Amino acid sequence: MSQPQAVEVVDLVKAYDGKVAVDGLSATVPAGAITAVLGPNGAGKTTTVETCEGYRRPDAGTVRVLGFDPWRDARRLRPRVGVMLQSGGVYPGVKAVEMLRHVASLHAHPLDVGELVERLGLGSAGGTPYRRLSGGQQQRLSLAMAVVGRPEIVFLDEPTAGLDPQARRATWELVEDLRRDGVTVVLTTHFMDEAERLADQVVVVDHGKVVAVGTPRELMAAGAQGTLSFRATAGLDVDGLAAAVPGASRVDEVSPGRYVVQGQVDARLLAAVTAWCADRDVMPEGLAVGQRSLEDVFLELTGSELRA
Amino acid sequence: MTGPGTRPGTYAPRPGAASLPSMVLSQAGLEVRLVLRNGEQLLLTVVIPLLVLVVFGSVEVLDLGSRAERLGFLVPGVVALAVMSTAFTGLAIGTGFERRYGALKRLGASPLPRSGLLMAKGLAVLAVEALQLVLLGAVALALGWDPDGSVVAALALVLSGTAAFAALGLLMAGTLRAEATLAAANLVYLLLLVSGGIAVPLDRFPDAARPVLEALPAGALAEGLRDVLRDGAGLPLAPVLVLLGWAAVAGALTARTFRWE
Repeated sequence: MSQPQAVEVVDLVKAYDGKVAVDGLSATVPAGAITAVLGPNGAGKTTTVETCEGYRRPDAGTVRVLGFDPWRDARRLRPRVGVMLQSGGVYPGVKAVEMLRHVASLHAHPLDVGELVERLGLGSAGGTPYRRLSGGQQQRLSLAMAVVGRPEIVFLDEPTAGLDPQARRATWELVEDLRRDGVTVVLTTHFMDEAERLADQVVVVDHGKVVAVGTPRELMAAGAQGTLSFRATAGLDVDGLAAAVPGASRVDEVSPGRYVVQGQVDARLLAAVTAWCADRDVMPEGLAVGQRSLEDVFLELTGSELRA
Repeated sequence: MTGPGTRPGTYAPRPGAASLPSMVLSQAGLEVRLVLRNGEQLLLTVVIPLLVLVVFGSVEVLDLGSRAERLGFLVPGVVALAVMSTAFTGLAIGTGFERRYGALKRLGASPLPRSGLLMAKGLAVLAVEALQLVLLGAVALALGWDPDGSVVAALALVLSGTAAFAALGLLMAGTLRAEATLAAANLVYLLLLVSGGIAVPLDRFPDAARPVLEALPAGALAEGLRDVLRDGAGLPLAPVLVLLGWAAVAGALTARTFRWE
C-alpha cells in the first residue's frame, strides 16, 4: 500500500531574471510525516517551498499540494496550509499575542491561543511589540502563527534558525506533536541533527535539483564506506585480513600497530575481524566503528566549498 | 511530561477559513489599533490638522476676513487635510512598511483574500477618518464655526476623496521601497498642504495655476467641501468627478503594479 502524497512536485523550474533557482526539481512529500529539505544556501529550497505555498508561479512543471494547484486554487488551499516564513511576516508595532489572536480569528476552528502561547514560552512576551521581541521570540511567534489555524500541512522555513537550545527543543517537540496528530510537516533546515532527529524523509537539494532522497538512516547507510579501526601488534598481514573478512574492501596499517578496515561495517565484519585476530593470538584493542553522520553524507553530496 | 498543548489530538487538522465579514472586521480592527498606536502617524493625522485649524482659525495669518469667514474657509480645508493624511500619507507609509516587513506576504498565505485585505484597509481608513472628523468638527464648532449645506453631500465628497487618496497611496506603497514611500508621502503631504485649497485660497495663486490646482485631489476636495459647507451648495459635480477620476486611474494602475513583497 502506498502512502498518499501531500505534496507532489514534478519537473519544477523557476528562474528570477534569467537566473535559474529551481532547475527541474521533482519530489513528493508523504502525508502525515515530517520531511526535511536540506541544501546549501541558494540551492533552491526556499523557492521550492514558496512555490508550494502559492507565492511563486512555476515557469515549468507542476506542483500539487493536497491535490490543489497552489497558484490557481490558492483560495481553497490557503485555509488548509500553515506557513512560517524564513523571516518577518509580522507588523512591527503589533503585540505578540495580538498578532496570534488575529491570525487565529481568520480561521474557523483555531487552536487555543493561550495554550499555544504558554507552550512556546511566549507568555511573558505576549504584550511586547514584535519589533522588540528577541530573534528567538520572533521565530516562535512565527511558528505559532503557522499552526494556530489547525492546518493539514505546515511549511516551516528554517524554524529553528537563531534559537537557543531550549527553544529548539520546544520547537522539535511541537513538530513531533504535529506529526503525532496527523499534520504533514515540511521544513527546511541547515541543522543535520535536526533532520536526523525529526525527519521521516530527507530531501537533499542542490543547484535547484534533488540530489538524494531517503530516511536519514537510508542516506547514512547508502553506499556507506564505514570504517573499523583498532590497535594491535604491528606488522599484521593486512592483505590476508582483507581477504579473510567478508565485506572488507581494504585494510591499512595507518601507523605501526594502528589498523583501519574499510567496507560494509556491520556485526558480521566485526566478528570476522576479531575471529581472524583470535586465530593469530592477537588482541585487538580500542575497537572503534566509524559511522557516517548525515552531515558527512550532506557534504559528500553537495561538496564542502563555501556557498555565497 | 505533559505541559500545555501536549495532549494527543490537540493539533489534529481542522482547517477552515472564518467567514469573510468576520475576517475583514478582524483585519480592519487590527489596522485601526496599529494606526492609533503609532505616534508619528497620529502627528500627521490629528496634531497637524488640529494645529492648522486652531492657529489659522484664531490668528490673522492670511487676510481671510472675519473670524467666521476665516473658519468658513479653513474648516473644509482642514477636513480635506485630515482625509489626505489618513487615506494617502498614513495608508501609503503603513502599507509600505507592511510590505517591507513581510506582513503583507504572510497575510497572503492566510485565508484572508486580497480583496478582503483591501476592504479591511478601506474600513480602517474610514474608521480613523470618522474619529478625526468628530474631533476636528468639535474643535471647529467650539471656535465658532457655523457650517451650512448638506451633510450627505459633504460625506459623498469625503468618500470620493478617500477613494482618490487611498488609490494614490497604495500605488506609491506597492511600487516604491518603504523608505522612499515614507519620504515621498510626506513630501506630497506638504506640497498638497501648501499647494492651495487647504490653507491658502486658490485665488491667491496665478490664474494659470488655478485649473491645475483645482484638478489636484487636495484642491478638488477642499474646494468641493467649501462649496457645500460654506456656500450651501448641493453636491458639486466637478470636484466629485475630479476625485473619482483620480481614484479610477490610480486604482487601475495600482491593480497592475502593486507588489505584495
